[in-house]
Amino acid sequence: MGRAVVTGVGIVSVLGVTRESVTDSLYHGVSGIDAEPDRIAHGMRSALTGIVRGFDEGRFLNRKQRKTMPLCAVQAHAAVMDALDQANLPQEALRNDRCGLIFGNDSAIVPTLEQANALAETGQTASMGSGHVFRSMNSAITLNLNALLGNTGPGWTVSAACASGACAVGMAADAIRLGRQDVMICGAAQELGWQAVAAFDGIGAFSVRTPPQEASRPFDADRDGLVPSGGAAALILEDIDHARRRGAAILGEILGFGMSADGQNLAVPGDTGLSRAMAAAIADAGLAPEEIDCISAHATSTPLGDAAEQRNILRIFPDACPPVLALKSLTGHELWMSGASQVVYAILMARSGFTAATANHHRPDPDMPPLPILTCRRDVPPGRILCNAAGFGGSNACLVVDCR
Amino acid sequence: MTNDEIAATVNRAIAEEFELAPERLRPEAHIRDDLGLDSLDIVDLVIVIEKAFGFKLTNREAMMDIRTLGDIHAFIAALRDKGEAGA
Repeated sequence: MGRAVVTGVGIVSVLGVTRESVTDSLYHGVSGIDAEPDRIAHGMRSALTGIVRGFDEGRFLNRKQRKTMPLCAVQAHAAVMDALDQANLPQEALRNDRCGLIFGNDSAIVPTLEQANALAETGQTASMGSGHVFRSMNSAITLNLNALLGNTGPGWTVSAACASGACAVGMAADAIRLGRQDVMICGAAQELGWQAVAAFDGIGAFSVRTPPQEASRPFDADRDGLVPSGGAAALILEDIDHARRRGAAILGEILGFGMSADGQNLAVPGDTGLSRAMAAAIADAGLAPEEIDCISAHATSTPLGDAAEQRNILRIFPDACPPVLALKSLTGHELWMSGASQVVYAILMARSGFTAATANHHRPDPDMPPLPILTCRRDVPPGRILCNAAGFGGSNACLVVDCR
Repeated sequence: MTNDEIAATVNRAIAEEFELAPERLRPEAHIRDDLGLDSLDIVDLVIVIEKAFGFKLTNREAMMDIRTLGDIHAFIAALRDKGEAGA
């Protein structure tokens, strides 16, 4: 079995649009959540959302290149370009069959609406514009990035609800560990905009708490729902020998990957599914549970979801549970992107030698056995971190990442 | 609308849609080879020209013979002469 190391990361997040600004937000606990009053005018129950500020769409791509891309694909491209820069991989190096591309994504709601609106406005398909064809595909990110980056290895998109990002990183690592690829560009993205989450708002899943920065409160007794968020996260994974041969700096390693399905309910997470994925990831890493230094919980701040994750964590760590970090307290729930951004955040924290604090966790849930929630920043790297992701349909994916 | 005004309107629309520098928009510029527009861009080229002149092309196939920017100028001028365009 080969080893898949991380040699570059990039991110466009509600915490910042550069590695430095995101690291700074994580270090100081600066929230990326705010209210968009327009959402109420559109008939939504919650005005809360993560907001990406200061992203320059034209930084890498001209208008012609962007016309076939939804905004989240433009953000994914920017994140990949930053990751490639950090990995010191020139674009010529991607142009071979041993370099692949995989992203997690599970919707194209905003571009699909734009497509329908374009036809309504113009009255004939020939006047809609060519970009709609590609923008509204679920694989819009990978098909555009393939054409822009020029890698000739395989490129594909994976959808597994809010586990999509973790699946993309895990499958990319597998492709390297199995010897199929030398370099994998991977990550995930989540479209922002009220249209993308209007129906989700309609089932009462979102927090309505104010002030906005205190709305996302994972594992807290007073949590009242998640805050939708988004952006794009990218990683360059590389076979360790490939990375060493070219003298690349190694930022971390994907040690293990595990997936499972609850096989129960569409929307209510079960008590064993996530823990089976956690156990599989830890075993795949060749570790015992007590060798995990930190858990980056999925923890979206919903009453049912956090309670289920807590029970799942305690199934794996019944006696000595490592510190639990819940970064969605700062970012909100980045949905499809979250499983990949978790890994990027962990790498960024490790590079700067700290582990961020979980915000807004003040009162443990009296109905649940206690978890050691990390509520103060620690000035040590996350170490061997277990990253959880769980989504609708009981889709679970976990990664063990070496961030020492 | 004079021929010069037609050329200026076409060039302005194309420069904006495809972010092309105005000095590249010479009449002899080949649309594919010099301006780098591909078959998808041609679809959008037709749309921006329709918008710029405020008419709908009823015979899009006629545009398939167009090779250069000057061909577009002449195509619109011919429509004007036939009274088919708002030009």
